[in-house]
Formats: sequence, C-alpha cells, structure tokens
Amino acid sequence: MSFISVFDVLGPNMIGPSSSHTAGAVEIARLAQKLVEPPLKQVEFTLYGSFAQTYHGHGTDRALLGGIMGFSTDDLRIRDSFQIARDRGLDFAFIPNETETEIHPNTVDIRMVNEAGQTMTVRGESLGGGKVRITRINGMRVEFTGEYASVITEHQDKPGVVAHITRVLSDWNVNIAFMRLYREGKNDTAYCIVESDGRLPEGISDQLKANPYIHNVMVVQP
Amino acid sequence: MDFKSGEELLALCRQENCPVSQIMRLRECTQGEASPQEVEERMSQVWNIMVGSAREPLENSLRSMGGLIGGEAQKLAAHDAQNQGICGPVLEKAITYAMAVLEVNASMGLIVAAPTAGSAGVVPGLLLALQETYDLPDSRMADALFNCGAIGYLAMRNATVAGAVGGCQAEIGVAAAMAASAAVELMGGTPEQCLTAASTVLMNMLGLVCDPVGGLVEYPCQSRNAAGAANALIAAEMALSGIKQLIPLDEMLQTMYRVGRKIPVELRETALGGCAAAPSACRRCSGCNS
Repeated sequence: MSFISVFDVLGPNMIGPSSSHTAGAVEIARLAQKLVEPPLKQVEFTLYGSFAQTYHGHGTDRALLGGIMGFSTDDLRIRDSFQIARDRGLDFAFIPNETETEIHPNTVDIRMVNEAGQTMTVRGESLGGGKVRITRINGMRVEFTGEYASVITEHQDKPGVVAHITRVLSDWNVNIAFMRLYREGKNDTAYCIVESDGRLPEGISDQLKANPYIHNVMVVQP
Repeated sequence: MDFKSGEELLALCRQENCPVSQIMRLRECTQGEASPQEVEERMSQVWNIMVGSAREPLENSLRSMGGLIGGEAQKLAAHDAQNQGICGPVLEKAITYAMAVLEVNASMGLIVAAPTAGSAGVVPGLLLALQETYDLPDSRMADALFNCGAIGYLAMRNATVAGAVGGCQAEIGVAAAMAASAAVELMGGTPEQCLTAASTVLMNMLGLVCDPVGGLVEYPCQSRNAAGAANALIAAEMALSGIKQLIPLDEMLQTMYRVGRKIPVELRETALGGCAAAPSACRRCSGCNS
C-alpha cells in the first residue's frame, strides 16, 4: 500500500467543484502536455462517461484546458482558461462521446498538436480525490500516474534497447522504482515506462536518444 | 512512527504521552517525503486557504456553476447579525462557514478537499468557529488539522472517503468525524475522547446516501456540510462530557464501509436516486430528459 500523507486527506488544494471532475481533469491534462514538446497549437478533448454528461457543470472543460496550459489544480486562472487559451492562440475543442460505455466513467482522450506538427493522443482516467492515471499513449495501452518521476521512451522493439535504458539510468545513479514494457507487436513500436524516486537529472533524455531504435523520450518530473 | 488503526494510534499516544495531532505530525515527518519545515509550511497554507474559502462568500455572494446554490452564507450571517440565531455562537458560525466553503467550491473558487471537495466545508466550518469563539492561535489550528488528518487517513486506509463507493456517509460523515476529533483535542480532551467523538459521528451519520441533484457538487451537498458540522459539534460535546461509545472507531469505520457497499448504486453519486430523482429536483436540472 502506498503512503497516505496528511495532505492526501487535507488536499488537494484545488479549484472546485469536484476532486474527480475538476482537480483530476487538471491533473490528467497537465500530465499529457508534459509528453509533448511545447508550444501546443491545437488540442481536442473527447469526453466519456460521467465526464461527457456533467463536464459543463463541473468546469471539467476549463479544468482540462487549464491543465493543458500547465496550470496546477490550485491555479485560479483555471476559471478563465478559455480566454487565456484564445489569447495564447491555442485552438481547442470538446467532444462529448456518450455512446462509448465500456470505459472508466471519468475518461478523456486528449489529442495534441504542437507548433512543430507533432501529434500525440493521450487517454487519462480520473480515479477520485484528484488521483489520476494515464492509460493510453497514441492508442497503446500503458499505465502511469505521474506521482513518481517518469521516463517514457517510444522505441522500436529490438534487442538491447532496454539494456541501454537501464545502463543510462544506472550511469546517472537513478533508482528504478517500477518499470514496464508495452509493444504493439514484435519489431513494432514499443513503449518503456520507468518510474523512479526523486527527480530525474536534466540531460538524461539526450543520452537515452543515443540509441538508434529510441525515437522519442518523454521525461515527467513529479 | 506509523499506525494502521485507531487502536495503534491510541497506543502510540499513551506510549509517547502526546496528543493525536503530534503522532500524525511525527508520522508525516518520518514516513513522508517532505522535511518537517515543509510539512509545517504546507499545513499553514492549508489553513490559510480554508479560512479564505470560509470568509470570501460573506463579502461577495457567489453564484454556482450549476445555479443551484449561492448566497446562503450571507443569509445565515445576516440572520445571526440581527441576533435572531437560535444555534448559539459556535454552531451559528460553523454552519455559516461550512456553507460558505461549498459556495466557493461550486463557483470554481480555491478550496482544500477535506477529505473531498464535496465535504470541504465541515472541517474549516467547525474549526474556524472554534478559533474565533475561543480566540485560539493559528499554531493550535495546525494541531487541529493534523488531528483531522489522522482520522481521515484511517478512513482512507481502512474504509473509503469516496461518495461513489460509500455514499455521503463516507464523505461528509468522515469529514465530520475528522472535525469532531479535532474539536475535542482543541478543547482539551484526551486522545481516547477524540476517537470516541469520531466514532460517534460515523454512527450518527451512518447510511447517508450521495444523491447530488444533476450530478453537481451543490445540492444537497451544501446543506449537508452544515449538518456535518453540527453532527461534529454534538459528538465532540458528548465525548468531552465523558460519554463513551460501545463501538470503537476502527469497528465503526468497518461498519460504515460495509453499509456503504450495500447502498444501491443509484444512491452513490450517480444522480439517479434520492434527492436527485425527486420531481422538483428533476425540473431544475437539465442533466437528463427523463
């Protein structure tokens, strides 16, 4: 069982009204935008389940948009996130999907396009109390929460890639708490998610990219 | 320094000869990531946000996102200001502040989930009322919050604080149990009396369903936060007077959890039953077409 802090009980400090529909939405979007090179040009949110039904009354839309701009759960700018996004030239859209039911009730798909033209789709679930998890990256089933410093690599499924990743982490004296691998198929696109204690050192990303099979490295600090 | 049950918490209080708040503080500093100084700073920030959210609606009336609530705290304060209150000073303040926090929450203002957003009014409501009435320093309020944290932690660990899992008894019930325990410590009660007060609240609020109109954290949530504060005050008074309970906190948490899982899904935050399904509530809500 993971540690329950006094600030898990008295917290999060958050913009209301709902820890799952507002604070959780901020967290999902804030995690998602860390996976893409800024600045973002366009973002599209597809809402499922209870998110689709009650997003307006819970400010889920403003919360998601605030999170995508990097706001934290207690940032009062979330109230004005529509206007702030327009001022920043960020295109946004919300699409409620009430037909898909075989899905966690508080789920959102976030499709992001950055200035460089890179596109990424991330699925997140709000689990209650402001806790969240990312469950898909570009359609691939994954799982991470952002509570730990995380490295996510997108690579080709080839021998030696994981050895390279662990060697780089070892060189930087990073202690691996959890490590998971996902692949679409043999030799196909794969993801590795490593969660570690403390913060990850700057520059780790470039060394990981030195392996020719690693196409993309995302670093999410806690 | 850690504990997994109310019984272990009380044993530590006896062993260290210190209040519940101090054990929870030590637990946070020895088991958590943050330094003792960071922990104190974060707790002081929690209190500042709580006080801000309890007072803001008395200055500026706030309209909720869903339009179901707004202005209730000002009404209570005005009624009290005309010396027409019938609750007495502590409870009048407590229910005013508890409802105020829910106004802030429902209008996308800044609050502290305690333990959830929908139950965020109970703890600041009662604690701020006690601080103002008895002129208590902020350092004592930090103690009270650590005490709250101990009860809430036990509920999260051994039961639930999610309305979708256990109904309102798990949210406002636990919030009121936290507030009751903290009130006992603030007013000079023993650790045993703190846990007795928390247990009393859970017993008195057992079975309360979660039935938000339109699925929004507004109604009846706001009114129930006031009820939670009142329940907390009653339980604290009983415990401080020396009344004991047959059922200790650990058993009461298990009881609450078991009852929660037997509450039908329509009455667990789905807005399909209870108040949410009453004809007048349905007329005010555009959430569904049935």
